[in-house]
Amino acid sequence: MDFTLSEEQQMLQDTVVRLVRDSYSFEQREQFYRSEPGFSWAFWQQLGELGLCSVPIAEAHGGFGGSGVDNLLIMTELGRNLCLEPFLQSQIHGAGLLQQLGNAQQCEALLPRVASGELQLAVALEESQSHYLLHDVQTRAVVVDGGWKLSGHKVVVVGGHSAGLILLSARTAGEPLDEQGISLFLLDPASVGVSRRAYPNIDGPHACDVVLDEVFIAADSLLGEPGRALPALRYQRGRAIAAQCAEAVGGMQEAFRLTLDYLKTRQQFGAPIGKFQVLQHRMADMRGELELASSMAILAACVADEVDSEERSRRLAAAKFVVVRAARFIAEQAIQLHGGIGMTWEYNLAHHAKRLVMLSHQLGDDDHHLQAYAELLKSA
Amino acid sequence: MDINYTPAELEFRDEVRAFVSVALPDDIAAKVRLGKHLSKDDHQRWQRILAKRGWYAANWPVEHGGTGWSVVQKHIFEEECAAFGAPRLISFGVNMVAPVIIKFGTQTQKDHYLPRILSGEDWWCQGYSEPGAGSDLASLKTRAVRDGEHYIVNGQKTWTTLGQHANMIFCLVRTDPDAQQQRGISFLLIDMASPGITVRPIITLDGDHEVNEVFFDNVRVPVANLVGEENQGWTCAKYLLTHERTGQAGIAQSKAALAQLKQVAARELRNGRPLLDDPLFRAQVAEVEIQLLAIEVSTLRILAAAQAGGVPGAESSILKIKGSEIRQAISHLLRKALGVHALPFVEEELDFDHAGELRHADYSAAPAGQYFNLRKLSIYGGSNEIQKNIIAKMILEL
Ligand SMILES: Cc1cc2nc3c(=O)[nH]c(=O)nc-3n(C[C@H](O)[C@H](O)[C@H](O)COP(=O)(O)OP(=O)(O)OC[C@H]3O[C@@H](n4cnc5c(N)ncnc54)[C@H](O)[C@@H]3O)c2cc1C
Repeated sequence: MDFTLSEEQQMLQDTVVRLVRDSYSFEQREQFYRSEPGFSWAFWQQLGELGLCSVPIAEAHGGFGGSGVDNLLIMTELGRNLCLEPFLQSQIHGAGLLQQLGNAQQCEALLPRVASGELQLAVALEESQSHYLLHDVQTRAVVVDGGWKLSGHKVVVVGGHSAGLILLSARTAGEPLDEQGISLFLLDPASVGVSRRAYPNIDGPHACDVVLDEVFIAADSLLGEPGRALPALRYQRGRAIAAQCAEAVGGMQEAFRLTLDYLKTRQQFGAPIGKFQVLQHRMADMRGELELASSMAILAACVADEVDSEERSRRLAAAKFVVVRAARFIAEQAIQLHGGIGMTWEYNLAHHAKRLVMLSHQLGDDDHHLQAYAELLKSA
Repeated sequence: MDINYTPAELEFRDEVRAFVSVALPDDIAAKVRLGKHLSKDDHQRWQRILAKRGWYAANWPVEHGGTGWSVVQKHIFEEECAAFGAPRLISFGVNMVAPVIIKFGTQTQKDHYLPRILSGEDWWCQGYSEPGAGSDLASLKTRAVRDGEHYIVNGQKTWTTLGQHANMIFCLVRTDPDAQQQRGISFLLIDMASPGITVRPIITLDGDHEVNEVFFDNVRVPVANLVGEENQGWTCAKYLLTHERTGQAGIAQSKAALAQLKQVAARELRNGRPLLDDPLFRAQVAEVEIQLLAIEVSTLRILAAAQAGGVPGAESSILKIKGSEIRQAISHLLRKALGVHALPFVEEELDFDHAGELRHADYSAAPAGQYFNLRKLSIYGGSNEIQKNIIAKMILEL
């Protein structure tokens, strides 16, 4: 067992730390949030130029071929600074699906462009009724001459408003809730019949809903075999969850740090409020939660790229569960210990709190993952 | 012992129910239930309706235009109002400054201010907290210096709820800087239109404008606006705080929120079935309902005891803690019930009159923001930590 970072990993970490420190102050973030795509294209380009966009992508496709731990290092720093760019959605989730399901031509044509940061991807799996269940797909794709015709509705596609291509699940066979019959397509959002409604999410990043009205797409837009996408969707969501856990740990560390600083400086009753024992114990509890969450994020990072297995699924579900619970506790208590000031838009802590709580609304909440774990529970 | 309402109380409940069901405007009820923005006018419309019926000043004695209701009647009234989706009354005028004026004010103050509160002519806000004086309120620094028939006020108040609507503010100000903390404080009524007052919005994390900073720069306030004696303002403040806390359990609001949670969870789906039928989620709804029941019975028990002996004591701290926690727990579940639909921050859908196509459902735009907004419940009116200090000191004598 070895929990230390290699020299290369330390260099990677230093690169990201420096980048976000220099170009992602909270004031800048607020500007990015209010700007057109809701994040910074310039920062995205920097991520590309420094090779960070290529880290999660295989060497064969112009990437760096990084490990789960490499992804963790990047995501933690992006989380620490509340970065708004769809790195997780595009470079980890989207690219992962493309790499796993795409044929040689598709991968060759697209992945190098993704690795350089030139092409941004988004992933559209959730539907109005799906509530985190990947097999609850009602969007339909039917075979037509030369390709497919898509109809349906995808919701809260993070980064979908700015994406060059959207990876989208649709049912090519079977009934709603069937595990068979689900396929993954590459959708050009400029196609006729696609409409997108964009908005900011309450935790900062922008997203969109995608309505498909008899959208024709060419036959080569199908990724993998028709009707067989579900295992890949599940596998890649696991990788995305690992990345999300790492992002949350960065946010939790920062929320914790800000709160600790505040307890040392805020004076009430003639003393820094950190002198009150109840607040000391609360901080100690938060520290404990942070410790467990950090461990689970590392566990998730280490199993994310393993061969699919029940054990891998269990561990990823466990990681998400622990991180969701810890993140909410830390977010709520960080606000509480700040008093009124913790509730203000002007203060980055409040935005960390929102991000940490809302993480449970993407890629499955604690209930979802508790149930997933329970289903995989070993009998002895 | 009998935990049921008496026949007279039941009759009263029916009377309230009959009135509210008809008198409460539909648009206001829908806004409250769905968490849409309420305008100043919405609040005032509902106040006028209640005032006309003689039910606005539930906490005042009859001779001043109050209802003279018992605590149980007040509880019934609040519960019925909330169940139909009435907005919570903005308490700064009717339930905070008015009781102080009634108890400590001069006849002239009573004659002037009370009718204006009843009619809705004055909108009051509360100027207690300052940047440096939150939990430690007695450390407040805003100064009032006597100059003939005026006080000259300088300083800053903050977190002033709905100060942007108010034309009057009641403030705690320091009139004797040399006296020990609580001693040199006075209770002053200030016209917001006075020269030298600046109100600046504070935007909260849910994007809302609910609180403000209020700056005082050489503001002249007539000495006649002092309530009680100079340097005795802390007595008024303490009296008001007990009043503030009693209403804070918010059982009625929690019950209404729970009903909304069940409706939403019955409409949201998981695995092709209503989320409310999902055993894990259903159990969590059951849990808050059980907890709420326990808090409600406790409220009634503590109120009944208070009925016999005046203002409730430190037990109101217990109700404040439990009441805020359950309200927060319900808002957490409501946000959770929405799944991914809790994420979009579509501010225009918080406007009830928004004409565009709804992104998901009429109930889905508000809950996430509300959940964050309701973090305030455990912070203001004496934070939950401060309440526990009170319990430790007053009940436990530790
Ligand atoms: C939405 C909102 C609306 C408000 N509206 C109004 C209003 O209309 N008018 C008004 O005057 N004020 C208003 N307030 C202010 C409110 O009363 C204060 O926020 C509250 O008193 C807490 O003060 P603070 O925010 O300065 O936090 P602090 O007092 O700085 O507290 C920070 C943390 O330290 C803890 N703490 C402090 N002292 C102790 C102690 N002795 N032991 C243990 N823990 C302690 C607190 O519990 C809290 O967790 C409002 C606040 C909010 C958030």
